[in-house]
Amino acid sequence: MDTMEWVRGSLDHCVKCTICETFCPVSNVTPLFPGPKYVGPQLERFRTDDGSPDASLDYCSGCGICTTVCPQGVKIAEINSQARAKMKAQRGIPLRDRIIARPSAMGKVGTPLAPIANFFLKNHAFRWLVERTLRVHRKAPMPLFAGRTFQSWARRHPPLTPATKAIVYFHGCSANHFEPRVAQMAVAVLEHNGYRVIVPRQDCCGLPLQSNGLFDDARRYVRKLARNLEPYARRGYDIVATSTSCGLMLKREAREILELEDDEDLRTVSAHMFDICEFLLSLHERGALRTDFRPLDMRVPYHAPCQQQGHGIGKPALELFGLIPGLEVVDSDVACCGVAGTYGLKTEKYDIAMEVGAPLFRQVTAVATEVAACDSETCRWQITRATGIPSVHPVELLYRAYGLS
Amino acid sequence: MATLHTDVLVIGGGSTGVGVARDAAMRGFSTVLVDRGDLATGTTGRFHGLLHSGGRYVVKDPKAAEECIHENVILRRIAADCIEDTGGLFVSTPIDTPEYADRFVEGCRAAGIPVEEIPVAEALRREPRMNPLISRAFTVPDASVDSWKTVWACARSAQAYGSRILPYHEVLDLTVEGGAVRGALVKDRRGGEDVRIDADFVVNASGAWAGRIAAMAGCDATVLPGKGIMIAMNHRLVNTVVNRCEMPADGDIIVPIRTVSVIGTTDQKVADPDDWQIARDEVQKMMDAGENLVPGFRRARALRVWGGVRPLFQDKAEGADTRDVTRAHTLLNHRQRDGVERFLTITGGKFCTFRLMAEDTVDALCAEVGVEHACRTADEPLPDSEPGRYYWLGSRVERREPTLHEDQLICECELVSRRRLEAAMLRRETVDLDDIRRTIRLGMGPCQGGFCIYRATGILHQVEKIPGEAANRSLLDFVQERWKGVQPILYGDQLRQARLDDWIFQGILDVAHLPGGWVGAA
Repeated sequence: MDTMEWVRGSLDHCVKCTICETFCPVSNVTPLFPGPKYVGPQLERFRTDDGSPDASLDYCSGCGICTTVCPQGVKIAEINSQARAKMKAQRGIPLRDRIIARPSAMGKVGTPLAPIANFFLKNHAFRWLVERTLRVHRKAPMPLFAGRTFQSWARRHPPLTPATKAIVYFHGCSANHFEPRVAQMAVAVLEHNGYRVIVPRQDCCGLPLQSNGLFDDARRYVRKLARNLEPYARRGYDIVATSTSCGLMLKREAREILELEDDEDLRTVSAHMFDICEFLLSLHERGALRTDFRPLDMRVPYHAPCQQQGHGIGKPALELFGLIPGLEVVDSDVACCGVAGTYGLKTEKYDIAMEVGAPLFRQVTAVATEVAACDSETCRWQITRATGIPSVHPVELLYRAYGLS
Repeated sequence: MATLHTDVLVIGGGSTGVGVARDAAMRGFSTVLVDRGDLATGTTGRFHGLLHSGGRYVVKDPKAAEECIHENVILRRIAADCIEDTGGLFVSTPIDTPEYADRFVEGCRAAGIPVEEIPVAEALRREPRMNPLISRAFTVPDASVDSWKTVWACARSAQAYGSRILPYHEVLDLTVEGGAVRGALVKDRRGGEDVRIDADFVVNASGAWAGRIAAMAGCDATVLPGKGIMIAMNHRLVNTVVNRCEMPADGDIIVPIRTVSVIGTTDQKVADPDDWQIARDEVQKMMDAGENLVPGFRRARALRVWGGVRPLFQDKAEGADTRDVTRAHTLLNHRQRDGVERFLTITGGKFCTFRLMAEDTVDALCAEVGVEHACRTADEPLPDSEPGRYYWLGSRVERREPTLHEDQLICECELVSRRRLEAAMLRRETVDLDDIRRTIRLGMGPCQGGFCIYRATGILHQVEKIPGEAANRSLLDFVQERWKGVQPILYGDQLRQARLDDWIFQGILDVAHLPGGWVGAA
C-alpha cells in the first residue's frame, strides 16, 4: 500500500486502549485538545476530503509522543498532521503561521540586519506589537540572529587534511542563522574523530511548514533539499544532523506525512540520515569514537525531546555522556517541553506550552549546575526562556570534554 | 385482553410496512403497525445501505431499474437527512466482460438513469484506493442511505398522522370471518399481554416472512428468502459507491455508509428466513471481491459481518437461483388470488422502492374499500429532512465540537455522548441496549461496544430505573450479539480488538458471573 495507507490506513490498528491519551502532554493540561485518540484514529473515520469540522484538532502540538507510545502502530500524530493541513487549507492559514514557518526566509532577511533585528526582538514594546498584530506571544522564546551564517563560516573553513573518512553535515536553518556555534562544534567533534565534513548548500527541510499545515510549500522545500543531498547519499556518504527534528523530517516524516514515498531522492537521503548522537554512538559501538575526554565536573539535566524520541533510537546522548568523566547527567522524566517547534510561540497556545513544560522547567532548575542539555533547538530556547539556564546541544558537552574550545 | 380498533392493520415494521402505515395514515386511515421485533430488524436493517440509482439492474432487470431511479429522485427529496449524497461509480475491472459497459450505458439511458463516462484517471483521482487497472468508469446517482433512520423518520411521521406503532408485537393469528380478514391476535413480547386488533383491512408487509402471515388466512404467498452477506470495513476505503460494471454478481459493490464501507453481497436461497448461517467461504468470497475493487482490501480491517434475507416473490417456487427473480415488487390481492377479502400482501422489491411499494399498496387498498385519496408521500419530506440538505459524514463531529467539555463521550467510536444516549433511552422506552444501538449507532464502531457498553449499561440502570440484574442481562445480550458478527471475520486487527474486549469483559468485569447473567440464568 502507498503512504496514504501507512498513515490513514494505520487507524485500523487502533484498539482504543487509550495509552496515547494518557501520554499526551497537551490533553493532560488543557481541555481545549480532546486528545490524540479522539482527533486521530477516532475522528479520521468521520473525515472525507471535505475536511474536518473539529477546530480542536489545531490544539495538537504535533509532538508525536502518541505515535511513539502506541503499541499497535497507529500513526496518530501523522494522521492528525494530515487532517490539520486539510483543515487549514480549507479555513485559511493565518499570516503568522506563514511567517514563523519559514525560518530560512527569516534568516535571510534578519542576518544582514542582525544588530537592528536583534534590538527589536529584545524590545518589549516591539514584541507586544508583534503579539497584537501577528499573535506571536510576547514572552515566547525567539532566537537572535547570529549575524554571520554557518554556511559562510563553512565556506572559509579549511577541510580536514589528511582525512580518510568524510561525512555530510545537514545543519538546518537554526544552526545556520541563529546558532552557528552549535554547527561549528559539531564540525569540530566530527573532525576530531577524523572526518572531513562536507557542508552542501542547503535550505529549510520544510518541517515548520509541515507543522503549520502548509504541505505544498513543505513539499517544495524538502524535495529541493533532498535533491541537494542525494548525490552524496548515492555515493554512500552518511549524513548527520544536529537538528534532531529536521533530521527526523528527512529520515521519515516527510515521506509519511507529506506522502513523498515516491520521491527517490528523498528515499535515498532517508536511508543515510543519522542524528548526530546516533551516529557518534554507532562509532563508539564500532570502537571508532575517540574517547580522550577530559573530566567535566558538572551536573546536567538532559532532556530528550519528543522529536528525538520519534527517531526510535533510544537516547544515544545519554550513553555518550557516560563516556565523559565527572559528568553527572540527570535524565528528564518529562516527555515534552511544550514548545513543539512553533506551537508554543502562538499566543493562543503559549500558556498551554508553558504548562506542558512546567515539570521539566522545575527539574532543570533543581538539577542544573551550569547548563541543561537537549538535542532540539526550539526546546533549548524554550527551556532557557523558562528557566534562565543556558541549554546546550549534546555535542557541546562532547566538544568541551574533547578540549576543543 | 386489550382490544384495538383500526381501519388498517399493517403487519411488519420494515421499510415497506412503515411506509404503508405512513401512507395510509396520510390518506386519513387510522392505522396500527405491529412487528414481532423492533422496527427495521428484519431485512431493512440488514442491507448494505445503498440507495440504488438503478444502474445495477439496467441490463438484467430493467423494470427494477426504472423503479429504482424513480424512487431515488423522490427519496432524495423527502429523506435527505437519511441520505449521504456519495454518488456512484460503475467501473470495468479486469475480471469484467468489456462488452457489458456499452450495454450498461444503453440500459441506463433507456431507464432514464443519468450516466456519464469519465476518464479512468479522473475516477482514480476521486477514489485513489480503487483498482488502477480499471478500464472504464461511469458516474450514476447512487447514494448511501441509513435504513434505520429512514424507518424511524417514517414511523414518526406516521405517528404524527395518528398511527400507532407497536414494535415487539407478534402476530399469533389472523382473524378471518365471512371470507375476509378482520384483524389479528397479537402478543406483546415485552409485556406478555395478548392484544386483539380489529381491523377493516390488513396489509401483510412482512417481507421474507410474508408466506407465514398469508398462510394464517389460508392464502398462498411464496416468498423465496435469498440470503446475502455483507462485511463492514473499519473506515471509508471509498467515498463513492463503487460498483463492478458487470451483470449482478457476488461482492460487486462497496458502499461507503456512515463511518464504514460495506462490501456486498451474496445471494443464496435459504429455506427458513430465521435459520441460516454465515459460511467461511462466503466471507472469503467477499474479501476476494473487495480485493478486485480495492487492492489491499484484505489487509484492511474487517469490522463485522452480517447477513439479511431478501424477500423474493416467485409465483411458482421452483427457481433455483434467487438472483434471477425480479427485484421489482409484487402486490398480491388475496381477494382475487385466494378469495379472501380485505387482505393484501406486499413483498419483493427493495429498500429503495419502499415508498412506491407503499403507494401501490395503499392505492389498491383504497380501490378495495372504494374510496379515493391521493398519495402524498412523494412530496412531503420526512421529519428532520429538508430537500437538498443531505446527511454528511462529519455531522457528528460538528455537533460534538461545541459540547466537548461538558458532555461526556460514552461511545467513542461513533461519538455518542451521554446526553444523546440518555435522550435515546428515554425516547425509546426500552431496556434493550441493542434497540438503542440501532437508534444512535451505540457500540457499532471498531471496538464493537468493548469500551462503551459497560458505561451504557450503568447509565441504562440509572435512567430506566431497572434492577441491576436486568441491566446486566442487557449488557450480556449486547456483548453476545456483537460477538456473532465478529466471530466469522476474526483475523488481524479485529482479532486483536476482540482479545482486548474479551479481557475487559471476562477478565476485568467477570461478566460470566454477573448477577442475572449467564451463570445465574443457567
